[in-house]
Amino acid sequence: MAPRHRLTIRSIEPDPRAAAIVTAAQQLGLPIAHPDQVAVADVVFFEGDLDQDALSRFHGFLVDPLLQKGSWNEPTTVGTEITYLPGVTDNAAATLHHAAEQLGIGITGAATGRRVEFGEGVDGTHAAELVDRLVANPVIERWSPGSVEPTFHTAGTSTGTATEVPLAGMSLEELIALGRERALALDAEELVAIQTHFEQLGRAPTDVELETLAQTWSEHCAHKTFRAHLTSDDGEDRPPLLAMLRQCTETIDAPFVKSAFVGNAGIVGFRDDVTLALKAETHNHPSAVEPFGGANTGVGGVIRDVLGIAHKPIAVTDILCFGPPDTPLTEVPEGALHPLRIRDGVIDGVADYGNKIGLPTVAGAILYDPGYTTNPLVFAGCIGSAEGWRQHEGPFPGDRVVVLGGRTGRDGIRGATFSSLTMDATTGEVAGASVQIGDPIVEKLLIDVLVGAEHLYTAITDCGAGGLSSAVGEMAEGVGADVDLDLVPLKYPGLEPWEIWLSEAQERMVVAIDPAMLEELADRCAHYGVELADIGRFTGDRRLTVRSGDTTVLDLSTDFLHDGRPQRRMTAEMPTPRRGDDVGREVPDLRGAVLRLLSHRNIASKASAIHRYDHEILGATAVRPLVGAVHDAPADGVVIAEPTDTAGFAIGIGVNPWWGLHDPEAMAYGAVDEAIRNVVAVGADPDRVALLDNFSWGDPRRASTLGELVAAVEGCCAASMAYRAPFVSGKDSLNNEYTGRDGQRHAVPPTLVITAVAHVPDADRCILPVLTQPGNTLVLLGTTSREFAGSHLDLVLGTPIDLGCVPAPDPDGPTRYRRLHQAMQEGLVRSCHDVSEGGLAVALAEMCIAGRLGAEVIDLPHDQLSTALFSESQSRLIVEVSPSDLERFRLLMHEKVVVLGRVTDDDHLTFPGVEPIPVDDLVDAFQGSTEQSS
Amino acid sequence: MSAPPALVIAGPGTNRDRDVSLALELAGADPTIVLATELAEHDHLLRSAKLLAVAGGFSYGDALGAGRMLALDLVVGFGEQLREFVASGRPVIGICNGFQVLTRAELLPGALGHNSHGRFECRWVVLRAEPSSRCLWTKGIDEPIHCPIAHGEGRYVHPDPELLAEAGQVALRYGSTNPNGSVADIAGVCNAAGNVLGLMPHPENSIVGRQHPHHHHHHDPHDPHDHHDHHDHHDHHNQHHDHHHHDDHLGLRIFRNGVSAAAEM
Repeated sequence: MAPRHRLTIRSIEPDPRAAAIVTAAQQLGLPIAHPDQVAVADVVFFEGDLDQDALSRFHGFLVDPLLQKGSWNEPTTVGTEITYLPGVTDNAAATLHHAAEQLGIGITGAATGRRVEFGEGVDGTHAAELVDRLVANPVIERWSPGSVEPTFHTAGTSTGTATEVPLAGMSLEELIALGRERALALDAEELVAIQTHFEQLGRAPTDVELETLAQTWSEHCAHKTFRAHLTSDDGEDRPPLLAMLRQCTETIDAPFVKSAFVGNAGIVGFRDDVTLALKAETHNHPSAVEPFGGANTGVGGVIRDVLGIAHKPIAVTDILCFGPPDTPLTEVPEGALHPLRIRDGVIDGVADYGNKIGLPTVAGAILYDPGYTTNPLVFAGCIGSAEGWRQHEGPFPGDRVVVLGGRTGRDGIRGATFSSLTMDATTGEVAGASVQIGDPIVEKLLIDVLVGAEHLYTAITDCGAGGLSSAVGEMAEGVGADVDLDLVPLKYPGLEPWEIWLSEAQERMVVAIDPAMLEELADRCAHYGVELADIGRFTGDRRLTVRSGDTTVLDLSTDFLHDGRPQRRMTAEMPTPRRGDDVGREVPDLRGAVLRLLSHRNIASKASAIHRYDHEILGATAVRPLVGAVHDAPADGVVIAEPTDTAGFAIGIGVNPWWGLHDPEAMAYGAVDEAIRNVVAVGADPDRVALLDNFSWGDPRRASTLGELVAAVEGCCAASMAYRAPFVSGKDSLNNEYTGRDGQRHAVPPTLVITAVAHVPDADRCILPVLTQPGNTLVLLGTTSREFAGSHLDLVLGTPIDLGCVPAPDPDGPTRYRRLHQAMQEGLVRSCHDVSEGGLAVALAEMCIAGRLGAEVIDLPHDQLSTALFSESQSRLIVEVSPSDLERFRLLMHEKVVVLGRVTDDDHLTFPGVEPIPVDDLVDAFQGSTEQSS
Repeated sequence: MSAPPALVIAGPGTNRDRDVSLALELAGADPTIVLATELAEHDHLLRSAKLLAVAGGFSYGDALGAGRMLALDLVVGFGEQLREFVASGRPVIGICNGFQVLTRAELLPGALGHNSHGRFECRWVVLRAEPSSRCLWTKGIDEPIHCPIAHGEGRYVHPDPELLAEAGQVALRYGSTNPNGSVADIAGVCNAAGNVLGLMPHPENSIVGRQHPHHHHHHDPHDPHDHHDHHDHHDHHNQHHDHHHHDDHLGLRIFRNGVSAAAEM
């Protein structure tokens, strides 16, 4: 074996990673005796015969004398050393090989790792716990005190064959047992269908075939709940949920919808021949077990969805749900990571991918609830644009099956089925293979290759859940394909055929391409240094055939693969929410309640996370997530418009799981209303709004959970119809439940995220929620009622016995938004803010913070002060108009509006009967819980 | 005067190449985006260019330290031509990752370390051009420049910042808060001749009025960037109604300087 060399590199300035460990330790109550003694260092490993000259040249390249100190083969007695598990991609190692090449130094291996040293007062046990809890993750890394030997080469041999799995004659119980043992996540009926199919064929399925069916038929890929035949407990037959949503879009029949509910993303065209591709995804389970990698690859995956429908990705969104960061360690179920570590890892993961691939992460939200402690939710969205887009009509028989991008390894195997199972305490241990490591640079190069190459291929899709099995499988539907796994480029040898076929290794795209076009695509790939592999052809025989060299490991009819799954039949127990009761709240300390709401972590500033994301790149961000005199107040919608373009589009988010706990239907309607309200508030056209739905729910096989889902879909449909805003794409992530070692089930609150994307006619004239001019008049649009169930006032003050009901839909909303838009077009609106969590008081406070101006409220929208201030009634907005425009504005709105009062320069927010609150106090409260992320 | 040909160098992971290209175009140049590997293969490309920009991003994902690998590609691939290009006095700019590359390639003094607070940060900042600087890119810019930063390794380090200033090589300083702990608030430096500028902030994302965060503010009683910075407060106080007043503060001015210098070559 060639000699090994290790270079330890330390920062001259204190390494911020050390400070982060100390902070996290304190937050988790694992304090460190001498924080100043904690040290972190990077370690670089080489394998090869390196002379002094080679070593010093590597040193010169890797160590900047102004910033770092480096030493070869220094003693490794103190501290813990961490490196990747064998088979986990080490992106830096590849760069080391490239550097060695450029330097003309021959090496046979390279790897990277890091050291953590805790200094005095931290014994081995304590150090082990700190590393375990805060530093390393067994899912992707291994470590040991002293030093670790990296794995330079992952060797291995493959049988190159498939194993038969006999199903013939198995009883139902035996089938179910087999399904559980292989984690197939298939229903009994589905297992029987597979058994019958192969009995008819007179042979046993191979493991490759069985796993392929499990992936293709998984909840994640097939959305069998949304396609299921439903009966509600009142005996009523209902259309499948997906059909309900589609029906709305078809009925609305909006001219701007170019493609809805097919392919990787929805497509809308608000003007000329420019189209936008819209998609939002979830990556919840992976983020629970490996927060950074899970969120990282979640973003990477949704960007590929947009790339996979021939659009150029231009913006990213993220909505994140976590457990409270101050959850005591003792309350975190065994086998789960602490919410603080999940949150910081997820935010790092989102930032890392978006920033490196070079897309602005613009819109989002961060929500906290104990229900997310063990099952965080990570919604990642991407928007792409194209000119002159047309639907690709391939693949055609004779086209080649071509894989582009990253190599295939053991990472991410069985992700689709993994995410379709509920998690338990062992998930983190067994899920290792389900977690991927992202490489945004490779995906950036894929974008460079594929944008502008649309004329070369006849069909394209991304390799996501299920890997090649679902990418090639989906493309082969109705055509058939014949591929050879020996032609798939591997990260390392030794992968079994089923592993190659199912691997969810990141940054891969599959295209169908006419052989005559292959060379031009290959040249583009060579230019950008992207790997291309021609692994087979589309046949026209409607069969999916997969070989490993001469051995056939899979041979299925595409009809059975895609249509052989028996439709799920499910019963929904419909919720019976309270409606129409009129129950208010007693709030003894109104002033205190305003400040407590502002500092509640759901409402308080998210600046510390937002500034981690590059929202400026591409130069098209016209309205940012933070607005105001000193950029520290929340925007309603963000606006994207090319620097040299007049028109653009706005993105708005609606989500409120706390309403969902009491009335899923009203919650869903409210989420749609809020998303649309957000884009209208910033100046978008209410008649050109497209919607995305993302459901994260518990196990739908529980009738009551399914009932809540059905009610929520009904709410979506009602709102979509009322606003004539069509859904163009959606995604459901069900089974968001966790069973702790204690045997307790922890399900997430019913969480629906609505994303609204709307046309902005003139991006030069957007409206912000920023008070502009003392003396201007403040007007409230909409009706304020006593509706407090699920309100943030209850989250802050505690929930009374008599809840009352969730805010009801307002039938006047659509007309109101259209008239408001017209008023904006006529230049009557100086500033505008939507009223949501925390009600009027919080909305107005945010406008004061944004403008660093005061506001004096004289007239209230309700005779009960607490209702006027804190009710979260739907479809309301606060508008600032100049006094001279007020009459014209009233006339135009043509409905009862409440003239609240005026903007002041006395730096106070004043409500009748409440002691005036200095704007500085509002700012302090709002920023109180900002410094959460390390 | 015909538009001077400009090259924007990109490597694997460079992601602000198109932003820089648009900025150069609006400033009157004729930009082309090229990969470092192309330049290594075709040395006529560099010879025929009158201006060179190394764009920002995450070349090689910042593995092994920001800008290091791409700098090595440049030095090994076409280091000699690059030194000739600089010696000829033609304007060169390195932004963000491009700045890190130029320091690693030893075309600019100093180095860039991790931000003192340890995080990647994106926010708008105020830049002031040093009147005493020899830098051709910042010449005659007396209004503060407003543009965003977006980096995790932007802390400028130099053993003797005073000496650097005396030599006229400090081109830009952070005018309000220092976002990353750079020594002496240094945001950008140039070479001794003044034709090579490196800076961490992104003037290429501040080239049209609409990009300015206060473009949509109809009346604004406050300074756009830092309410503690009274100088800026004063800069803006009397210009609330005029949407175009932001143009004096656009990063585009830096590119205009570079392009007109290139045109005279």
